[in-house]
Amino acid sequence: MASQDIAVKPSTDALFSGSSRNSRRNMGQFIRWALLFGGGILMIMPIVFMVSTSLKFPFEVYNLNLIPEEPTIENYTYVLEDGRFYRWFVNSLVISIVTTASAVFFDALVGYALCKFRFPGRYLVFIAILSTLMIPTEMLVIPWYLMSKSFGWLDTYWGIMFPGVMTAFGTFLMKQFFETVPDDFLEAARIDGLNEFQIWWQVAMPLVRPALAALAIFVFLGNWTAFIWPLIVTNSVEMYTLPVGLSSFGDEVDVAWELIMTGAAISTLPTLVVFLIFQRFIIRGVVMAGLKG
Amino acid sequence: MPPSALSCRSRPLATLSLRNLVKSYGKVEVLHGINLDVADGEFVVFVGPSGCGKSTTLRMIAGLEEISGGEIHIGERLVNNLEPKERDIAMVFQNYAIYPHMSVRKNIGFGLRTSKLSKEAKDKRIDEVAAILGMTDLLERRPNQLSGGQRQRVAIGRAMVRDPAVFLFDEPLSNLDAQLRTQMRLEIKKLHQRVGNTIIFVTHDQVEAMTMADRIVIMKDGYIQQVGTPLDVYHKPANTFVAQFIGAPSMNMLPGNWAGKGVKLGDGLGIDLPERSAPEGADVILGVRPDDLVVTGGKGLFSGTVNIVEPLGADTLVYVGVNGHEVIAKASGREPPKAGDTVKLTAKAGEMHLFDAKSGEALP
Ligand SMILES: Nc1ncnc2c1ncn2[C@@H]1O[C@H](COP(=O)(O)OP(=O)(O)OP(=O)(O)O)[C@@H](O)[C@H]1O
Ligand SMILES: [Mg+2]
Repeated sequence: MASQDIAVKPSTDALFSGSSRNSRRNMGQFIRWALLFGGGILMIMPIVFMVSTSLKFPFEVYNLNLIPEEPTIENYTYVLEDGRFYRWFVNSLVISIVTTASAVFFDALVGYALCKFRFPGRYLVFIAILSTLMIPTEMLVIPWYLMSKSFGWLDTYWGIMFPGVMTAFGTFLMKQFFETVPDDFLEAARIDGLNEFQIWWQVAMPLVRPALAALAIFVFLGNWTAFIWPLIVTNSVEMYTLPVGLSSFGDEVDVAWELIMTGAAISTLPTLVVFLIFQRFIIRGVVMAGLKG
Repeated sequence: MPPSALSCRSRPLATLSLRNLVKSYGKVEVLHGINLDVADGEFVVFVGPSGCGKSTTLRMIAGLEEISGGEIHIGERLVNNLEPKERDIAMVFQNYAIYPHMSVRKNIGFGLRTSKLSKEAKDKRIDEVAAILGMTDLLERRPNQLSGGQRQRVAIGRAMVRDPAVFLFDEPLSNLDAQLRTQMRLEIKKLHQRVGNTIIFVTHDQVEAMTMADRIVIMKDGYIQQVGTPLDVYHKPANTFVAQFIGAPSMNMLPGNWAGKGVKLGDGLGIDLPERSAPEGADVILGVRPDDLVVTGGKGLFSGTVNIVEPLGADTLVYVGVNGHEVIAKASGREPPKAGDTVKLTAKAGEMHLFDAKSGEALP
């Protein structure tokens, strides 16, 4: 019945409302669309240029035309036949997957503890974690480097990964999301005989699945595109991640933009895959279903 | 329905006793020494206004809240230091708290995960519980495909499946609409008669308390005010608080003094109470329930002017100004008085209650 009401309403509106009101509404609609369209163009332009450049020969790279005069897929065959590209791709994949899994796990664990347990110093810990959000990566790079050097982590996977195995942002995000999980769920599970870890894993975690999915996307993208730290911590070409490796295309004099753009275009594919996998889970209202109707 | 294993329990007595139970949050004491003995299979309802400590008491019994002082025994065991799962209790929450990511079957079976029963025995048990609750057809559904009443039934099923010594309910019906609440009230009562477990049921709805309880525990501000059967607390309230809390509409309270053989209300109105006694001149309160205070054509105890008339069908409630106080009385449903009428009110001496005005305690 309700859906019928809704369906009927606009038509009666259209019948009885004056034309001035109609045109004003159309105007607002138009402005809204125009703004969205403009925003969309802004967002997509760099990507269009990336794809366009990847289809150009070197001589044409500095022409800013969108359609290459002589389109070619030679860059793609070159990049894909270059053994280094695969190595970097795998490096990036391993590092991004491990860091994502680790960050999602530990962020959720710590966020949960900070949200659901009362212990002395809890607030202090939370503030300490949050405060690291205020320090930019560029500043942390030096202490990280010194640390890695003295621990012998330079030029290793672990060296690239360790700053990201847990994130302050994720901890904060998960803490906020666990606030939406009513204690009743956890207490019911406690009475049902679960230990605290099981309560977290079997009851609380499924209830914040949308947040976990969002966090996984963020963290994966962050690591997949990370540049400064991997650049600094790696020395050998075999340890480069994809962004670092791509930037090394070309020689000291000439930057091979067409190859970099080709690699970049290929490297967006995994991020698309990750997004498609996880966005399914971002459905709201999961928590509410177990509570009062 | 088939006779079920749930109804013939063979295990130690499921008694519960609270000894001087105290709860403090920091420096604030919110429960001040609760003493209560619950018999095996008894249905006890905790009732009281918001914030009086009902949930806190229940949660201490469940083991979800630290005990600041006193002892809790379930059966023969002192359970103060036991984990919730070791206490042989199950709890049903106000918000149901059934897991949205699990089917009804999984939800009900959740409490059996750690039990040593075989898979078949567990399934059989779940089916039994579902049959008792009339949910057999819903076992494969998800919680978001259930109505509020069905969700609450799942929550009850999850508690039942372990056949605990004591069931704890914390306002399980307060999220349901009025009609469903009445129905679930009946179902829980039937369920209790059938499975016979001890039940502690918290509510702030006195009708729920009266209709379901074997015994009612009335609490206020962290103290027990009275423990008794529904009829006890209705007919022999221990103090003015209980008198006004139980029964709707609330008991009429008229302040006065004890003089000779009865109560002298203001304006020299005297009411004889032959079998009662109080110190001469003492400040007392005369209580009489609206149900017992009837509009009469004959000689009344006192008279007053009708302010408001509320027809309820069978009866009519009339709000009558008496001596500057407003009392509620009952009149016939067919020929009720009208606003502005002067009416006479009467009540039997045995249906009037006498309280000390200072302490609020009932006087003999
Ligand atoms: N975590 C806490 N910290 C401090 N005080 C608390 C805490 N939990 C409860 N209280 C206090 O304890 C008292 C009893 O609370 P409780 O939840 O037991 O009330 P209740 O009788 O269940 O009320 P309601 O009918 O509203 O559920 C209240 O005064 C409340 O403010
Ligand atoms: Mg409560």
